[in-house]
Amino acid sequence: MTAVSAFFYRKPRLRLGFLLSAPLLWLGLAYLGALAALFVTAFWHTDAFTGQVVIEWSLDNFKTLFTDAVYRTITFRTVGIAALVTVIDAVIAFPMAYAMAKLASPRAQRILVIAVMTPLWASYLVKAYAWRSMLSGNGALSWLSPGYGVTATIMTLSYLWLPYMILPIYAGLDRLPDSLVDASGDLGARSLRTFRSVILPLTFPAIVAGSIFTFSLSLGDYIAVKIVGGTSQMLGNVVYDNIGAANNLPFAATVATVPVVIMLVYLAAVRRTGALDNL
Amino acid sequence: MRKLLWTALGLGLAVIYFPLVVVLLNSFNADTTFGFPPTRFTLEWWSRAAANEGALHALWTSVEAGLAATAIALVLGTMAAFALQRYRFFGRNPVSLLIILPIALPGIVTGIALNNAFRTILGIDLGLLTAIIAHATFCIVVVFNNVVARLRRMGGNLEEASMDLGATGFTTFRLVTFPMLRSALLAGGLLAFALSFDEIIVTTFTLGTGMETLPIWIYNNLFRPNQAPIVNVVAAVLIVASTVPVYLAQRLSGDTASGGRL
Repeated sequence: MTAVSAFFYRKPRLRLGFLLSAPLLWLGLAYLGALAALFVTAFWHTDAFTGQVVIEWSLDNFKTLFTDAVYRTITFRTVGIAALVTVIDAVIAFPMAYAMAKLASPRAQRILVIAVMTPLWASYLVKAYAWRSMLSGNGALSWLSPGYGVTATIMTLSYLWLPYMILPIYAGLDRLPDSLVDASGDLGARSLRTFRSVILPLTFPAIVAGSIFTFSLSLGDYIAVKIVGGTSQMLGNVVYDNIGAANNLPFAATVATVPVVIMLVYLAAVRRTGALDNL
Repeated sequence: MRKLLWTALGLGLAVIYFPLVVVLLNSFNADTTFGFPPTRFTLEWWSRAAANEGALHALWTSVEAGLAATAIALVLGTMAAFALQRYRFFGRNPVSLLIILPIALPGIVTGIALNNAFRTILGIDLGLLTAIIAHATFCIVVVFNNVVARLRRMGGNLEEASMDLGATGFTTFRLVTFPMLRSALLAGGLLAFALSFDEIIVTTFTLGTGMETLPIWIYNNLFRPNQAPIVNVVAAVLIVASTVPVYLAQRLSGDTASGGRL
């Protein structure tokens, strides 16, 4: 035992290799491999009679995806909903996070963080279901209910992902030194100016970090849409239906590349803001 | 201005909690159409849910999957945390991106990618094991984040002191490093379990047919009118049960507050 320990101590590179091996094998092979395979499958198709996957390369799936008006509409709707949900959450979350980080006492801060985090882990499905029952004919929100549809979907998704936005912004504001805000005030800036020129630029990476979750989670959602969305569909529904009912895995894979490409572009775009270190 | 911000916080929290309270109330609502506000209360749904075979079976599957995924995530997440926190090496940034990727990409992508890999590429039938592998993949990041935060805070001085006093690497880990990491591991493990327990989208695509975790059971019974009261009870139980790991994790480690989904 001592000999092994000493051997590893003298060889830090070997130790690093050992530490990285298992996680990299798991994530690199199992996960990245699966993603790569998914991308490859997107170029195959299924046999119309047997429903089996046929390994034959073609761009037909992508052609359908880009030329069929139905899929174009669904793609735009999905991206639009995801963007709107992200903006709504950022606007609601910022003042909440600000009150938590800058106005509350340290003791109250801890309690408030727990208060925001707890519903985060209350089942996703339960919350979506709660909205269905509240928006229903005799539910608690029936007086303002827009019925089931895109508006209900946006309300529900904004609700579901709100804590994912509050927590990173809270962490960002918590790190922002009070002295900077005070200094801005001392130099004669009014609160709006301080917000625009000091607070917002410094907490922007945190807002972007939150947006990664709200945007990505909305892009891939299909369950909330099924529960409150009425007849309107999102990309996730197309993927789900093609895996299940239609049994067309290659086309599902093709559709699934859309959110992946959007997210990778988004992640690449926000890398430079330092948002990824705020996750 | 201060007043306005406090009001925003209060209103926001009210909106966050209102739907959860509605579900809790409805689980005692004697009226099966769940009109609001409830007029009569009953415990009948609770006793019926406690005897519901499907729900109990699903609960057990959820616990099994959660425990196994958490165990794998604890090992892999901790190893990755040590590697990335204690070493500077080529490719360090891509590796940290790889760790967050399973939760940064939409769940449906993770789900269908693994589904495709298992079924089409590897030819494995879906079962509990495939769901566990999928859950472990996105749970790694939770453990990773907790351990990294703790390693960053504790530095390396005590370990060096231990080595200077002649302890081997194993002894140092057992007597110095591990005790300082313990609460972070527990917090990470609890959150990983909660994440696995709540996950539905990835589970839908990776769990064998005929099997149900609790979220999938709820989903399958959501649109059956005569099951609604029992679904309400299970939902209420989940709301209450989910507060426990979060509260404990928060108590165990002061450094988990930062993340969004983590």
